[in-house]
Amino acid sequence: MYDFTYQKPASVADAVKLLGADPEAKALAGGMTLIPVLKQRLNKPSALVDLAGAGLAGISVAGGTVRIGAMTTHATVANSADVKKAIPALAKLAGGIGDKEVRHRGTIGGSLANDDPTADYPAAVLALGATVETNKRTINADDFFQGMFTTALESGELITAISFPVPEKAAYMKFPNPASRYALVGVFVAKGPAGVRVTVTGAGQNGVFRHRAMEAALQKSFSQAAIADIATPADGLNSDIHAGAEYRAHLVGVMARRAVAAAG
Amino acid sequence: MAFEGIGASVRRTEDQRFLSGRGNYTDDINRHGQLYAIIRRSDRPHARIVSIDTKAAAEMPGVVAVYTGTDLQADSVGGLPCGWLIKNKDGTPMAEPPHPVLAVGKVRHVGDPVAVVIAETRQQAKDAAEKLAIEWQDLPSISSTQDAIAPGAALVHDDVAGNVCYDWHLGDKEAVDAAFAKAARVVRLDLTNSRLIPNAMEPRAAIGDFDRATGEHTLFTTSQNPHVIRLLMGAFVLHIPESRLRVVAPDVGGGFGSKIYHYAEEAIVTWAAGKLARPVKWTAERTESFISDAHGRDHVTTAEMALDKDGNYLALRVQTLANMGAYLSTFATSIPTYLYATLLAGVYKTPAIYAEVKAVFTNTVPVDAYRGAGRPEAAYLLERLTDVIAHDTGLDRVALRRQNLIPANAFPYQTPVALQYDSGNYQATLEAALTAADWNGFPARRTAAAAKGKLRGIGISTYIEACGIAPSAVAGALGARAGLYEAANIRVHPTGSVSVFTGSHSHGQGHETTFAQLVADQLGIPFNQVEIVHGDTEKIPFGMGTYGSRSLAVGGSAMVKAMDKIIAKGKRIAAHLMEASVADIEFKNGSFSVAGTDKSKSFGEIALTAYVPHNYPIDELEPGLEENAFYDPKNFTFPAGCMVAEVEIDRDTGVPSVVSFVAVDDVGRLINPMIVEGQVHGGVAQGIGQALLESAAYDVSGQIVTGSFMDYTMPRSDDLPSFKTGNEVTLCTHNPLGVKGCGELGTIGSPPAIVNAVIDALSEYDVRHIDMPLSPQKIWSIIAAGPKRRAAE
Repeated sequence: MYDFTYQKPASVADAVKLLGADPEAKALAGGMTLIPVLKQRLNKPSALVDLAGAGLAGISVAGGTVRIGAMTTHATVANSADVKKAIPALAKLAGGIGDKEVRHRGTIGGSLANDDPTADYPAAVLALGATVETNKRTINADDFFQGMFTTALESGELITAISFPVPEKAAYMKFPNPASRYALVGVFVAKGPAGVRVTVTGAGQNGVFRHRAMEAALQKSFSQAAIADIATPADGLNSDIHAGAEYRAHLVGVMARRAVAAAG
Repeated sequence: MAFEGIGASVRRTEDQRFLSGRGNYTDDINRHGQLYAIIRRSDRPHARIVSIDTKAAAEMPGVVAVYTGTDLQADSVGGLPCGWLIKNKDGTPMAEPPHPVLAVGKVRHVGDPVAVVIAETRQQAKDAAEKLAIEWQDLPSISSTQDAIAPGAALVHDDVAGNVCYDWHLGDKEAVDAAFAKAARVVRLDLTNSRLIPNAMEPRAAIGDFDRATGEHTLFTTSQNPHVIRLLMGAFVLHIPESRLRVVAPDVGGGFGSKIYHYAEEAIVTWAAGKLARPVKWTAERTESFISDAHGRDHVTTAEMALDKDGNYLALRVQTLANMGAYLSTFATSIPTYLYATLLAGVYKTPAIYAEVKAVFTNTVPVDAYRGAGRPEAAYLLERLTDVIAHDTGLDRVALRRQNLIPANAFPYQTPVALQYDSGNYQATLEAALTAADWNGFPARRTAAAAKGKLRGIGISTYIEACGIAPSAVAGALGARAGLYEAANIRVHPTGSVSVFTGSHSHGQGHETTFAQLVADQLGIPFNQVEIVHGDTEKIPFGMGTYGSRSLAVGGSAMVKAMDKIIAKGKRIAAHLMEASVADIEFKNGSFSVAGTDKSKSFGEIALTAYVPHNYPIDELEPGLEENAFYDPKNFTFPAGCMVAEVEIDRDTGVPSVVSFVAVDDVGRLINPMIVEGQVHGGVAQGIGQALLESAAYDVSGQIVTGSFMDYTMPRSDDLPSFKTGNEVTLCTHNPLGVKGCGELGTIGSPPAIVNAVIDALSEYDVRHIDMPLSPQKIWSIIAAGPKRRAAE
């Protein structure tokens, strides 16, 4: 790790000011990706602006929407009675991220801003048609993800909260990488205000994507049988020592069917 | 007080400090005025070092020194030695290319140390190491075992033709050829034994210290054998006499073999501390461990068994290519030879065996012993081959084993590959394991699993290992450059408590408990009156350390020998006190008594008399009660056993789950059954890791692909079932305790049991063998290819 200064502003405005004043500064939103990167000296920020004191943590449910503050940890989401009641699939997803230590440090806003192509949250945000709130605007999930490690966030823009419309039904199924336990393939299916959506994380070379063929089939009939014969093309899927593109394509089908079954 | 002697499952006394964060590991030690070393390593698999410019690094804040291989060479620092000379088939010695402490001229693997930067803080040393300007000229590299011997392959060492370290053989080729010529059937199997990265919980660390007043060097290091490090580093690398070199291996957090070897960093910090007259500390980061700790296994093998028409084994022929990596690590050369080919009889009465082993250099991290070391490779080969024979011939796997096992009445049994097994009962462990696993009830469990959509399989392995390499003279004749005895010193204090100084080293095995039980039992004193001291060359008379499951069989036997001397002296003191003849003194349960009388003296009274010799046979006996012993074993010990695994495979994903695991082992006499069970658990976990999860991978360019836990899959608790263990006991016939060893059997017996179970689960598909690790992807690809076509249908 290189030396850096550490700042912990008490508001989003102060955080934005600090980040704006120093182009080499980086926001710290849990740090479960950033800190390992720093330890390996793969990044050299001048300062870390810790968002933990900016008042961004918390969960509220109102009017058919679950709103989760950007600095809410995965453990908080996983254990929230409100989330479990409104969108149990989301609580389950959060409870399956990383390990216990990661779940108590990592945050939903940090995960989304980083947009790791093997992260779990992007699948939920896109499938549920969530809205990403920032200090400047609101961004639809469809516009937010723009390829791996790339989002619609502009410089000086911080995620403040994510609003999830409560779906009729939803489920997430993950096939973890045996070593890292990130998603080798994760599939989130949802039927709700955003329609029927099937999103895939872990598999795509460009990060999370919607599986349109499955969405169309499930729109007609929300059942395992409806997608049983839909093959996922291996083109554009990741390939590594744990899983080639063909195997990943196969797992997309398995995880999708299991998610449909779990969603009920 | 509960019984705490031999056979009691006493809780591990050392765990109190380990589990409460009070252990004293090398990195916990800090010396006054300590500097920090950072090693700059090669990020290339094979390259010529055109130049190294150290100027910018040396000018960085806090930097005290920057050294390269040339600096060490100029100071006559020697290369890292190899401890076992193997001879080629034609009697010529193996190729033994130089292994410089810091690379000179060329780097040969990713991770090869190139330079060291020493600074006031670790951070400063790291910053400066980045400023080293190295100009490289990349060279073609060899990343796989087979590629090393391909025609026209790049040379890892310019003067090692064809990258062959040695071409060695063992056994009777003519007898094997003759048996194959008349065989009713020959079954052949090609397999690899995967490459593993050890990953002890504690990364390696070393601190060099130098006392300007006395000229004494001290090395604190994460070692399994501090005396061996003192000998190798003192004699071959730094030319420091033993009397001026102290090596301390304090609490060590796991070794698994990877902390046996003398590593470059130990020599670097010791040498630099002497140069700078200040302590120098180096601690590996995990990513550094992946590319600097010796890896394990990595064999490519072809095996053929000749059978008669009834399935009796007639002869075994084996050809193995063994990867040494870029340099010879301390004991690398002995692993695929004397710890592998000598085990190829296994538990079977195969009358003729011939093995050829070719060891090769590649541009990869050096490979050496890893828990099991050679014996897992032999057991895996034999147990896979046996299942493949059953597959090809239609014979039952268990019946095939039963009919080929060495009978219980055949001991001592001379194998055709040099070893003589002293004792064993392979039928007993086999039958006990089959019963414990309910082998016969398996079809019902398979049916039940099928109803859930799962493929269920059962697998068996009947394994043997050889522990406590011995005797020294034989090992020496075979090329070992070290003795293989162990030393113990027993110091009885005036009030009867006892300090035991052992050359064995505990890095998780629980010696402080097991050895204390042994000594307490034999001397008839309370367990808590016995202190076990290890890991410091200044305290311990000598020691060969801990590896090869040798500590109890060899180190424990040395203690017994020393205790025999203590008891003999105690009898003379007792005879004097009780005015009896020495021949009439009996020692039992901590009491010296005169046979046939009610006269007795306690162990404590005798100890006190030895140190307060007022009424004492001072003319014929020295005061004090302290004895040394060196024990050189007459033979290896031969633990053996049977493991049975059951797995279920998810048809949709190919994911295998181990749902049941039984291990019934014969480790000879048990001193602490709970510790033995713990050793079996840990070993089986590592064995399951190899079978299903772990495998080091290099890409074609020579870069390591599995360079962190993000890609290298260590087994975790949720990958493992609860284990069912049991013991059958035949005593070792040649050591005083009848003990055999238990540290490695889990990694030896379990991989074939698991692989055999997975392949059994896939019996409806046309699969004969799959190389480890049996990843979900590999299994899925077999399922996806579809069930085998039955020609008759």
